[in-house]
Parts: sequence; C-alpha cells; structure tokens
Amino acid sequence: MTSTNGLKSGSNLEKVFRAGHLAVTCECGPPKGADVEHLKKKIQMIKGYVDAANVTDNQTAVVRMSSIGASAILVQNGVEPVMQMVTRDRNRIAAQSDLFGAYALGIRNMLCLTGDHQKFGNHPFARNVFDMDSIQLLSMVRTIRDEGKVNSGEPVEGGVKMFFGAAANPFADPFEFRAIRMGKKIYAGADFIQTQCIYDMPRFKEFMKMARDMGLHEKAFIMAGLTPLKSVGMARYMNRNVSGITIPEEMIKRVAGVPKDKQADEGIKICLEQMAELKEEEGIRGFHIMAIEWEERIPEIVERAGLYPRPRVD
Amino acid sequence: MIVADPKPFQEVRGFLENYRKILILGCGTCVTVCLSGGEAQAELLASGLRIAFKKDGKEVTVLEDTVQRQCEQEFVTPVLERVKKEGIDAVVTLACGVGVNFLSDRIGAVPVFPGVNTTFYGGNVEAGLWSEMCAGCGECITYLTGGICPIARCSKHLLNGPCGGSEKGMCEVDPKNTECVWQLIYDRMKLLGRLDEMRNLLPMKDWRPAMDGGVRRTVREHIYRLSYKSQT
Repeated sequence: MTSTNGLKSGSNLEKVFRAGHLAVTCECGPPKGADVEHLKKKIQMIKGYVDAANVTDNQTAVVRMSSIGASAILVQNGVEPVMQMVTRDRNRIAAQSDLFGAYALGIRNMLCLTGDHQKFGNHPFARNVFDMDSIQLLSMVRTIRDEGKVNSGEPVEGGVKMFFGAAANPFADPFEFRAIRMGKKIYAGADFIQTQCIYDMPRFKEFMKMARDMGLHEKAFIMAGLTPLKSVGMARYMNRNVSGITIPEEMIKRVAGVPKDKQADEGIKICLEQMAELKEEEGIRGFHIMAIEWEERIPEIVERAGLYPRPRVD
Repeated sequence: MIVADPKPFQEVRGFLENYRKILILGCGTCVTVCLSGGEAQAELLASGLRIAFKKDGKEVTVLEDTVQRQCEQEFVTPVLERVKKEGIDAVVTLACGVGVNFLSDRIGAVPVFPGVNTTFYGGNVEAGLWSEMCAGCGECITYLTGGICPIARCSKHLLNGPCGGSEKGMCEVDPKNTECVWQLIYDRMKLLGRLDEMRNLLPMKDWRPAMDGGVRRTVREHIYRLSYKSQT
C-alpha cells in the first residue's frame, strides 16, 4: 500500500488544500474519439497552471473517450486528473471495478456525479442505469477507501486511497435545500466540492452563508466554479438553455457593451473580478475554472488571478 | 392503472397481411379507463381495418370482442374456445402487454399481435391526462418521501434530493410538462412537518424485488396450495 502520510489519498490536490493554499482545477474534456494527440495538446496548455484537471465522463451524455482512459493519459503526461464518474452509465459493479482500475492506473482524485440525463446527449434513445445516485456513489467509494469493503461487504484486496469530490449547484431549486444537499454529499464522503459556475454572486454568497452555518466549510474543501463568458451569444445561450444557471442581466449587458472581438477579454475580466471577490469569501478553498473548450486561456486566467506559480507541496 | 397508447393504425394493419379471420380483442379494465383498448377502441380499430382491407381488395373477416380482464383465466378461456370454434387465424389484443402474453401462452398456433403500446402505471390526473406514479420496484419506499415516489417520478431515480436540473419546480428533462418530483417531495415534507428527514442519507436500493432480480411472481400461499391440492 502506498504511504499517504496521514493524508486520505496523497494526491497533489489534497496536499495543496491541506497546506492551506487556494487550489486551482480546470476541466479537460476528452475527445469524441481516440484522438490522443488532441488530448495531449490540451494537457500541454494547462500543465503547471492547475493542481489537477477534471476529466469529464461523457459530459452532457455525449460519447467521448472514457474518463478513466483519458485520466490515465493525463497521469502519463504530468497533469493530475480528477476523474469524473457518473452513475448514469454504470451500476455499482462497474463503478467499483472502474474505481479499482483507475487507482491502479495512478488516478488519485475522483469526482462522483449522477450525470446529465441522456436526453441531452447524442444517444437520447439509450437506456440509463442510475442504480445509485451521486450521494450513494460517494458513500460506496468512501467505504472502499476507509473500511476496505466493497458494497456487498466483502474485503477489498489492497488499499484504494483516493480523494473524493462532488458537485454542488447553488443555483438550482429548491434554494433552501441546496446547502443541505451539499452537506449530504459531504457526510456521504465528499472531501472536496466543486460548485456549478457562479454568475449570480448574491445568491452564491447566501448559499455559502447557509453552508457555513452548518459548518460545511470546515468539513470539506469548497471550490468556487467559474466559467468565463466567451461572448454575449454564449451568455444568452447559457441563460436560456442550461438549467440551474442564471446570468444576471447586468453581466450580459456588460459583455454586449464591448465590440465582438473584445467580448472574450471582457468575459475573462469578469471572471477575474469574481475570483478576487471570492478569495475574500470565508470557506472558499479554491477555484474550479470550467473554460469550456477554451483551455488555451487557462494559463492567462491563473496568472492574472495571482495564482501562478502553483505551489509544490511534498 | 396500467396505461397504454394505441399503436398507429398502419403498424397494426402491417401485422395482418396474411390472415383471413381476425379477432380484435378489447380489455375491460385499465385500457378501457385510459381510453386506449376498451370496447370502443376495439370497435374503432375493427371498422378501420374492415375499410382498409376492402380498399385493398382483400376478403378478410374482422371480428371484435371485449372481455373484462385479459389477465385472468376465467375471462380468457371463453375467448380461446371461440378462436378455436370459429377458426380465427389471428388476434389483435388491445390489452396491455400482460394480455398479449397471457393469450399467447394459451392460444396455441394462432398469432397474437399487440394493438397498444403499454407505457406505465399511472393515474388520471386530469381529464385526458395520465401521469406515471409507480415503477413497480417491488419494495415501496414512499413512506420515506411523503408518499411521493422518486423512482417512478424522477428522471434519474434519485433518492437523495433534487439534482442541479430542478428549476422553478420543473425537471430539466422535460421542463414544460414534468414537475421535479424532489420539489414536490420537499414541499410535501414541509407541509407534513417532516423537513428534517430530508437530511437523511437514503442508502442504495436493493433492486432484487424490482425486475433486476429476475422474472417476478407472487404466491398467495393459502389459495395456491388449495388449488394445487384440488388438482392432485
């Protein structure tokens, strides 16, 4: 068994958190095929600028290279992955088996999700699994790590020391329940939380207040999720079509107010202002920057946010 | 009740290319109430088929009948006798899938075709509208959720509260028509003064009593043994 020096997993992400640094993660979406070179290009763009990168698991139910395969490629190329795992496509047998496989391949962080309904993807006619939800997945993998038992109670051969994460969406309904639900994830086994992208700052702060009142900020590392707006078109599209995301009208107007070729820069400026504001928010322990198919701007965002170079913690 | 929708006419017509004497068999229970496979729908389908066959210059006899329940021996036996006696060479049943199977298991060499698509266990929530309310999972957990079922009514069968796709009371999978069941559960638990229970972690479900455990059957010991004894 690998020594983890009292850490749950010994992952870089965990070490950065425990050393008290603001952690930085981003997203690294696998290709819609086996195009390893494309993935490697993305990896090179973000290398050194993030503590770990989320590798999405067929996000929005669109078929892509498996998160476990792509995560292994990240490991080989020197970027620590946060392997996402959804319960939409795998039952408890497959999920546990994939956890073991991922650990064996050197993957040390896993984000547990239920996953988008297949209706939103390119195979809406597929059958889904949903043997369990994200909270039950967290509980199952935590039991594997901490008690060395699979879901049926049988022993695990060899340790699986992973750092487990979950998502939280403060912008969905019922609002009063969102912090409670995040709490359920933390009690079930989430060591860290990445939130849905934040645009509505007052609502996010209200959510964080509820979380702090429950002491959740001391039980898990909460990372603020951010997605820089690329254009006013993207802002309007997300506002209209992405459930649980509301972009304030003033923000849309601000992006719309600059010439088209400057809108992306304005989006990044807004993102940096949000990061500056969130650094002051008690309980925020890092940033999860979801620059969707925009990995090339990650270094700039991290640098301008004053978060570069990334700490080296041993 | 079991809810079903009529199959498109042309699909049913397509099943019947090579038959001379066809029985359209309605069912008097669930599909009658949800207006998809009762006496009226059997009559409608039969007359439609008669017109279609005539138009195509085919000499086909289309008979119609409706029994109280196609899922019980006592109602099905007379149909089987009739099929034999009258030389019926194909049956279209408008019962749910249970009726299709129940007949096929007993009818011998006569083919049985489905006239409806069986959809779900639901309730008639308003005139002309039926909604899914039970998934027949074999182990009812609604005592934990204010009497509202998240397995049948959550698009992702979540057991621990609403996902990030719950917005203004609606489900992101079908925001125009489908309510977020976890919003409904939340509101109902609040009404019942049981909101605190929403914090509990519901463990993974044992799916064996659902169809994942294999084909299900139910035995009522006292009756089953009696009938067994009377046969021997």
